[in-house]
Amino acid sequence: MDLVEQFPVLIVGLSMFLAYTMLLTGYLNRRLPFFMSLAMNSFFLILSLFILNHVLTVGPIRYWQGGWRPPWGIEYVIDAMNAYLLVIVISMVILGLIYSRGNVRHEIEERKHVTFYTLVQLMAAGLYGITVTGDLFNMFIWLEIASLTAYALIAVAGGRALRPAYNYVIMGSIGACLYIFGVCWLYSVTGTLNFADMRLLLPLVYDNKAVQMAFAMIVVGVMIKAYIFPLHLWQPDVYTYAPSTISSMMASVHVKVMFYILIRMFYSVFTLEFIRHYIGLDLLICWVAAIAILAGSIWAIKQRNLKRMLAYSSVSQMGYILLGVGLSPLSPWGLVGAAAHILNHAIGKGCLFMCAGAISQQEGLKDIRDFGGLGKKMPHVCAAFTIAALSMIGIPLTAGFTSKLFLIYASLDAAQYPFVAVLLLSGLLNLVYFWRVIDQMYFVKHKETENAIEVKEKGKSLPLSMVAPILILASLCIIMGIVWLTDIPLPLINHILSNLRMGVTL
Amino acid sequence: MELMTPLFAILCPAIAAALILPSRNHPNIREAWTIAGSVAMFLLVLSMAPLIVKGETIEFTLFQSMFKNIYIGFKVDAFGEIFAITASSLWILVSIYSIGYMRTLKEHAQTRYYFAFCFAIMGAVGVALSANLVTMFIFFEIITVSTYPLVIHEQTPEALRAGHKYLAYLMPAGAFLLFGIMITYYLAGTTDFTPGGIKALATASPMIITVLFFAFLLGFMKAAWMPFHSWLPTAMIAPSPVSALLHAVAVVKAGVFGIVRIVGYVIGMDLMQELGLWLILAGIAGFTMIVASFFAISQDNLKRRLAYSTISQLSYIILGAALLNKESIQGAMLHIPFHGYMKITLFLCAGAILVATGKTKISEMAGIGRRMPVTMLAFSVAAIGMAGIPPVCGFISKLYLCMGAWAVGSPYGMIFLAVILISSLLDIVYFFPIILTAFFKKPADEIGAIGEIKIKEAPLLVVIPLTITAIFSLVFFIYPNMFYIFDLAKMAVSQLFGGV
Repeated sequence: MDLVEQFPVLIVGLSMFLAYTMLLTGYLNRRLPFFMSLAMNSFFLILSLFILNHVLTVGPIRYWQGGWRPPWGIEYVIDAMNAYLLVIVISMVILGLIYSRGNVRHEIEERKHVTFYTLVQLMAAGLYGITVTGDLFNMFIWLEIASLTAYALIAVAGGRALRPAYNYVIMGSIGACLYIFGVCWLYSVTGTLNFADMRLLLPLVYDNKAVQMAFAMIVVGVMIKAYIFPLHLWQPDVYTYAPSTISSMMASVHVKVMFYILIRMFYSVFTLEFIRHYIGLDLLICWVAAIAILAGSIWAIKQRNLKRMLAYSSVSQMGYILLGVGLSPLSPWGLVGAAAHILNHAIGKGCLFMCAGAISQQEGLKDIRDFGGLGKKMPHVCAAFTIAALSMIGIPLTAGFTSKLFLIYASLDAAQYPFVAVLLLSGLLNLVYFWRVIDQMYFVKHKETENAIEVKEKGKSLPLSMVAPILILASLCIIMGIVWLTDIPLPLINHILSNLRMGVTL
Repeated sequence: MELMTPLFAILCPAIAAALILPSRNHPNIREAWTIAGSVAMFLLVLSMAPLIVKGETIEFTLFQSMFKNIYIGFKVDAFGEIFAITASSLWILVSIYSIGYMRTLKEHAQTRYYFAFCFAIMGAVGVALSANLVTMFIFFEIITVSTYPLVIHEQTPEALRAGHKYLAYLMPAGAFLLFGIMITYYLAGTTDFTPGGIKALATASPMIITVLFFAFLLGFMKAAWMPFHSWLPTAMIAPSPVSALLHAVAVVKAGVFGIVRIVGYVIGMDLMQELGLWLILAGIAGFTMIVASFFAISQDNLKRRLAYSTISQLSYIILGAALLNKESIQGAMLHIPFHGYMKITLFLCAGAILVATGKTKISEMAGIGRRMPVTMLAFSVAAIGMAGIPPVCGFISKLYLCMGAWAVGSPYGMIFLAVILISSLLDIVYFFPIILTAFFKKPADEIGAIGEIKIKEAPLLVVIPLTITAIFSLVFFIYPNMFYIFDLAKMAVSQLFGGV
């Protein structure tokens, strides 16, 4: 057995262990947990890169927990899709951690810092777990870990964050319940929980209404967690009032992992054939996605609070990914678009939420109308915001353009022409609400704002630990915009397609 | 032929922009970068001309994309070279002009101005040199985004409204263009510009080709054809050099250039003829030529009148492309540089008047010809050329267009010939009053006053570029082959129609 094949379980196991150790060391020294978390996650990043390399050169990794063979034991399966996602998740967690260094001091009381970092690490562990596991029930456990910690992390700021956190607990629990019900039904029919095993057994019972119902329940359950319109109602408040670090992490990785579950369900538990012939859900999903794309954008236009606007923008952008997933049974480009947008949205929206946090931290501004002249006061943050916003709009040479391109071509390839119009229209709606912010930052003549909240730490510029992740993500928006245009990611995409047994390569 | 020259040419303005930012506190160094970038780009672009005149195309592939048969790269053919030479040669003059203009008016945010200007020019030349629709689209969007800060330069609420209108037209246009490009790729499996049209499109259904045609037409809203023109007069709120280079040459010509590319290199002349699309395009162009001229007559603001004149003149080029024969297309191609040189002269003069006297309205310009003889002489030369009267270069391109309309033969051809002639007549109607007012009408405050009229020209940096463009407009008449323009147009036509 290759050493690399131990890495997935090492990442997950060490993450859990680290989280509890951090809580203990926090009693010795309050600063230590942060550094431990940072160091270990950087280590995980290196491991995940090895995993990605191994998956692309050798093939998928299968790790049997405790040496128990798959149908009985828990199996970890890493193929191109989750190796790719693992790298994204770990990188975003690291950048989020670095950003939190300056941000947490501002937004969260000092006595909560140790628990905050412990919870972040636990959430990360949950996300890593979902990403690597090959077992339906194990996935539920990691999902709960990631969700429960997220509830706590949203509420950690106290005050106004409590109500949205409570809403999220209710909605998230319903989602989790639907998921576990679906899994139970599948188990009752097949007697197995392993992805690969279930994929073999299920075709015999595709006619079974319980199986079809289970599929629908799992999809809807995951959709609640991925705040697909109209199941998004918990999300805007959560993203608005959660600490900026958490908003950023939730938007950039937490929700992406939910989409990963969806993709897994589509292709590793069920098959293309099932979706096409037995349930016909794919087009319904596409239309739900189209409505989400437009509705999210329109609601975003109405918002004045920057973070709330970004939250609605996320609702819209999740529609892009869902559209990609929905189109994927009809065209491989749908999956390419979804996979690309998972990364592109992670870096773009992560950057935007970090910018929003930085702006409210340095200038105390939350309302877009007060942003006059901000471009002069915070040149780096505003430049990064502009680049990330252009990426969201889909201007060429930014990451967002490429995902739009893939999705448009997927719609054409699938002969679903209305979605081309939806995607193009959405780009224009994005332009409306993002350009308003850019205008305020740079072009509207500055007048003294009266309703600005009292500036804390006046004259103090942002710490490097906050500016650096913002700039890294902004430059990634451009770098990925060019990389996705080239054929460099083609081998990765082909591996993803063949690992998910799509039956086509590009 | 594989050469890296196109890439270097595109990089010149980008590098200049990158150098402009750090030297924002040293105006002289900052503007030196602009000049250096423009000269370097022009020389690089021009260095390709001798090869292209011989019938070579210069290709450079940057990288293959995820899509099969789509690559990001440059392919310089004769037609692209014409536009690239026009845009890059004029950039040098306008850079010099900008220095004089911006400094005299003590404009704010000059670094932003030069920075955005570089990218706008990069977009324009990029459009000219692109090998396929996807590459072209990238540069198209660069133009749209980078010209926004230039349009709203004044940052007044009025300017911002103008900017929003600008985006409200050009961004949806971008969406239509992307739609057209993806449809093309979906149908044909390639987006490369092929002289005579992409073969695979010929088998597609007429219905979808018509949709494609309209998607492209809407996508090239930058060509300011009516009724989608009103962003252009609104954008005249920008500083004069911007109006001059971008909204008379680089941006709008990029739109027209795109339309010619679509007609000649994507959909193809045969298909245009077969489906009767040429008539739709020619009809739109003819309508725009006449109606825009009438709009121009009613404008009192000089720059707005010039803007409507631009709208009218751009449609000459569209008409030339739509008529689908050798003469008309050659006329269209020649009109790109010739109109560029003449119209930029007019805009630079308008700017010079603003710098020297602060006047923007034609009714206030009585007697200004005697105060600013050089400026108004240049203005007159260009105005005469606009109307197609020799000895200015406008005559040559219009002659070819008329020959093209004649060659169409059918009653349609005669109608379009009449349209060209009437429109030229209207040009005279709206330009000559300006000249008459400037030279022969006494200003209100001087009536009855005795004494010498003081000559008060704009600063030299402003006057010299507009003199040069006026002289060039004359030189192009005597020697149309300057910068290889004429040979390039001939070569482009022979490439399009397959052999001389």
